[in-house]
Amino acid sequence: MRSERKVHPFVSVNRAVHVSGDASAPSRPVLNTVQLDVSYGGPLVLADLTTSIPVGEVTAIVGANASGKSTLLRALARLLKPAGGVVCLDGADIHRQSTRSVAVQLGLLPQSPRAPEGVTVGDLVRRGRYPHQRLFDPWSKADERAVARALELTGLSALVGRPLDELSGGQRQRAWIAMALAQDTAVMLLDEPTTFLDIAHQVEMLDLLVRLNRSENRTIVMVLHDLNQACRYASHLIAVAEGRVEAVGHPSEVVTTELIERVFGLRVSVITCPVSGTPLCVPHTHCDQP
Amino acid sequence: MNRTARLCATAAIAILGLAIVGLTVGDYPVAARTAIATAIWDRGGEFDFVINSLRFPRVVVAVLAGICLAASGLLFQTLIDNPLVSPDIIGIDTGAATAAVANLAIGLDVRLLPFAAFAGALTAALLIFALSWRGGFSGGRLVLVGIGINALLSAVITYMLVRFPVERVSAAARWQAGTLSASSWDDARTMALVLVVLLPVALLLVRRLRIMQLGGETAVALGMRLERNRVAVITTGCGLAAVVVAAVGPLGFVALLVPHVARSLAGPITVGVLFLTALLGAFMLLSADLVAQRLFAPTVLPAGVVTAAMGGPYLLLVLRRFNRAV
Repeated sequence: MRSERKVHPFVSVNRAVHVSGDASAPSRPVLNTVQLDVSYGGPLVLADLTTSIPVGEVTAIVGANASGKSTLLRALARLLKPAGGVVCLDGADIHRQSTRSVAVQLGLLPQSPRAPEGVTVGDLVRRGRYPHQRLFDPWSKADERAVARALELTGLSALVGRPLDELSGGQRQRAWIAMALAQDTAVMLLDEPTTFLDIAHQVEMLDLLVRLNRSENRTIVMVLHDLNQACRYASHLIAVAEGRVEAVGHPSEVVTTELIERVFGLRVSVITCPVSGTPLCVPHTHCDQP
Repeated sequence: MNRTARLCATAAIAILGLAIVGLTVGDYPVAARTAIATAIWDRGGEFDFVINSLRFPRVVVAVLAGICLAASGLLFQTLIDNPLVSPDIIGIDTGAATAAVANLAIGLDVRLLPFAAFAGALTAALLIFALSWRGGFSGGRLVLVGIGINALLSAVITYMLVRFPVERVSAAARWQAGTLSASSWDDARTMALVLVVLLPVALLLVRRLRIMQLGGETAVALGMRLERNRVAVITTGCGLAAVVVAAVGPLGFVALLVPHVARSLAGPITVGVLFLTALLGAFMLLSADLVAQRLFAPTVLPAGVVTAAMGGPYLLLVLRRFNRAV
């Protein structure tokens, strides 16, 4: 069965994904996985996972701890080599493409990126231009424009010369986003971009990402811990449980009491958010019973 | 002119000043004007031997060795983004010294010595990096493994010094504490050759190091081919450290201390910071050697003892800051 899948898996299956994707939405998936298996040397963390990321939308990957949601994002970012199946970028195996040509199409913000001591905001953001530069290329006008734009979009233009360690958590996270923006990729992957931020900064961060999605038409894919934020901000939800996709689609269509029970093992009531009209999950707890 | 360029210019002037001092002071003091004239345009004459056979090569070797060591330290520290990962601390210098002593002990041609030292440094480095690899590098683990390898290789050197006939290994004593007192134009030539090849390589690696120091995941996301660039940085760093060990023996703490000073003056690594590091390395080694020669004159200390005396307190300072961070 295994060997059967290995024969040009993405050529045949990718087309099938296209067709079914086209039926519901006109967008063409640029990033998709086909029968993806991933392990960290032990049992499979992702098993036989086929999904695609809709172009120009905000996709949230949700799931319980250790469900494989971060692993899926890391596999999409080619940080993990699949044990089976493929991750495809524009229809071709991402691991068969030069990592630099992938880097001009696909950006990533890891969960806790590491900043060199004393680095300034401007210095960090400029490093995002790396995949666009060749060995002896000088710093170009296009590089300068991309950096200026990234700083402007994240509201950091005034802080360009400030060391990162002097900024607040929210500003620091925006600086990292600016670095990923300077990379100027059509797809941005973010691993829990709101961790370590307070609620106000979480909202600010997600607003920023949605704004980037709308004004720049960038495809955003993020792992989110907070289910309600995922429902609120994402137009496409991928719910992962035990290394499999439990449900995909628009939050209003897929988020139900049963799904949350299956994915998180938690009983919730799904109501409509009074502000946004998106689904809002209210957990039932043992303390609720009188 | 930006800040880094100004600092570089200042360091270069300071080096020039120290070099002139290095030519003039000693058991036979020579006036600065005479010393410079004898070294540059008026060769021969009364002080020819003192200046052109003893002091001038020594000054040049100190400058070149300082450049090599500091640049090597900057490469390793940036690669792992940890100020303790420097070739003298993690046992790469000792690897080079072990191979150099072995080269003497088994009686191979001394012209092979720099190559043996390079092979020793590279072997030690690969061993340390392989043993501390757990799906990624951690600075702390690397330093601990390195200290272990360092101790092991020191024992091997001691064993060889005891085991092999004294007439063969007596010259090997210099690989226990580095000294510039036997510096010759040959040493200077070897180091200059290595620098001509490896300094441009190091300059090319700066842009990649700036990406690699953001961590493995970010580096891959930015299109970095990690494995081959890591190998390139390690090989270059080993070459720079090994040539110094081959010529003058292990001089501790230059590679550890100088890059940190340069970073705190001029910020994270750039081409300018690499130049500044190289110049500060030359400055530190020149001044350490002058102190070694003159502090207890006529008794002369090995320069390695002075660099250790300068670097030891600094290492304690770094460790203290580390502890507070943990």
